[in-house]
Amino acid sequence: MAEIDFRDAIRDALDEELEHDERVIFFGEDVAAAGGVFATTGGLMDKYGPERVFDTPISELAIAGSAFGSAVGGLRPVIEIMFADFLPLVMDSLVNQSAKYWYLSNEQASVPLVVRTAAGAGGRFGAVHSQMPVSWFQGVPGIKIVCPSTPGDAKALLKAAIRDDNPVLFVEHKRLYAMKGEANGEVGTIGEAKVVREGSDVTIVSAMRGVHESLAAAEELSGQGVDAEVIDLRTLRPLDTGTVLRSVEKTNRLVVVEEGPRTGGWAGEVLARVLEDGLHDIDDAWRLATPDHPIPYSPPLEDDFLPGAQAIVQSILNR
Amino acid sequence: MARAAAASSKKDAELYTELYRRMRLIRRFEDEVQRLFQQGLVHGTTHLYSGQEAGAVGVCSALGDDDRVAATYRGHGAALALGVDPTALMAELLGRATGVCQGRSGSMNVIDLEHKLMGCFSIVGGSIAAATGMALALKRKGGVAVAFFGDGTANQGYFPECLNFARVFDLPVVYVCENNRYGEFTPFEQVTGGKILDRPLTLGIHAETIDGNDVWTVRDTAAAAVERARAGEGPQFIESLTYRFVGHSRSDPGAYRAPGEMDEWRGRDPLIVTRKGLGDRYGVTADELDRVDEDVEREMASVVEDASNAPFPEPEEAREFKGG
Repeated sequence: MAEIDFRDAIRDALDEELEHDERVIFFGEDVAAAGGVFATTGGLMDKYGPERVFDTPISELAIAGSAFGSAVGGLRPVIEIMFADFLPLVMDSLVNQSAKYWYLSNEQASVPLVVRTAAGAGGRFGAVHSQMPVSWFQGVPGIKIVCPSTPGDAKALLKAAIRDDNPVLFVEHKRLYAMKGEANGEVGTIGEAKVVREGSDVTIVSAMRGVHESLAAAEELSGQGVDAEVIDLRTLRPLDTGTVLRSVEKTNRLVVVEEGPRTGGWAGEVLARVLEDGLHDIDDAWRLATPDHPIPYSPPLEDDFLPGAQAIVQSILNR
Repeated sequence: MARAAAASSKKDAELYTELYRRMRLIRRFEDEVQRLFQQGLVHGTTHLYSGQEAGAVGVCSALGDDDRVAATYRGHGAALALGVDPTALMAELLGRATGVCQGRSGSMNVIDLEHKLMGCFSIVGGSIAAATGMALALKRKGGVAVAFFGDGTANQGYFPECLNFARVFDLPVVYVCENNRYGEFTPFEQVTGGKILDRPLTLGIHAETIDGNDVWTVRDTAAAAVERARAGEGPQFIESLTYRFVGHSRSDPGAYRAPGEMDEWRGRDPLIVTRKGLGDRYGVTADELDRVDEDVEREMASVVEDASNAPFPEPEEAREFKGG
């Protein structure tokens, strides 16, 4: 199988789903004629026409509201919110309309929409173009949050998100777009974590870019006699706690690595669930997240801010 | 000619008598909601449509099977105007298992897709967003989406964003601004720069201000707007001037109203206007309309009784959530 970039995996998934289902439409700012500011959606308008793939005004409230209304009306909209930092603008529509509709309507209709967004720090974009939005939506029943770490998962899970009957927030880490990997035409399964490296001494749980930092850390730790297992959560809502529990049965030690503020983050949720159901298996459990202050711009400050491979190694060796 | 005119007049008399019956039903429904609220049987808060009935009834009477409506937290009127079962709506407000949404939504968030009601939206501006998106879907099928909202919504972010969005994509949507003079407790002039109507006009959207208490005017204006939207002429805007005879919500004593203002609007009560119009235009007698009122009384008695006797939902059923 040929290797492709993460960004091309995104485009291929959109392409295949636009082809597969006439009800799928895709819109956002600069996504059609220009092909997206992260070059993820080129050629789609030419192929499917401006009725199905189109550029919008810079109006996030209208974009998200239109996604909601058209989904209730029988379409399957995919929208792009250019930077995840713009998601607070669409919070009302996603939280108060889309996420609640299936339940409040007593299941008269679901809201099959996907919000694609580019997230994450490390690109020197500063405090308001680098954030990770997951914890903002973690506590909202009715929304699924998908966070792939590889081109293969990006493609398979975006296809799954588009076919899902619920609103899905699909988070694309900016520092993964250029990553290469294999991708096929399969439709993935939302809500399944994956053991990406087997080990027996400690379980490292992460998502997105953090998975690659964790794998690099595990390689370095193996040279120091520590055999780490690495789990890629892939979906952050709903959480696949079962895969984590099975791992800690073996390793008895758990560190959760989250790019996102420590307070109120998903790492805390993973720890809580593991302790609720697997306390008897746990000798030690902790988290490594980003500090509780805004993301700094200056390169040495931003590098220090992020939980990279070295920080993970040190955190495990220092326990 | 004379016979055709007489037949047309008889048909109109029947149609507008039916619209009068719906308006009367909404008024009496809201009276009962108020009474049940005071008894502690309708919970939380509730926003009544009393005084504004000609708006929802006139607009909804102009819609076809493929059209859809997004209303607000003051949505009982739109729901009843669309034909939502009054007993099921009352049961919803009472939190019962037989409610439109089995007690999951309550007063402010009623959804009944079978009756064209895509929802009542309890955040100011939410209805505009919902209808704009619905229009994106309906554009393929030939339907038209309608958004009801109040004067206060003209100052909410959804208003400029969605009107512009609908304009640039020529979406089939009719925006109905029910200007009842107050955004919650505040006179709209005090918090609104310029005229509301100038805003859609600036965007190149066909817009007009009408007497929202005259059901003939409302229906005719809405029918023409829906027809233009359906014909591909893009979004349409109606500012419908009206007045609510009750507070914004249950906590509002209405102290902000100017002296004499309520009396003036009471004189333009849409029920009075419609009764007079039915007599003047078609010779429908007061006796005939009194009989309509009596029918509505009987209907409301059974609505309240049946809804009040319905069981509450079982908590286990409400916990069964299969969504995300």
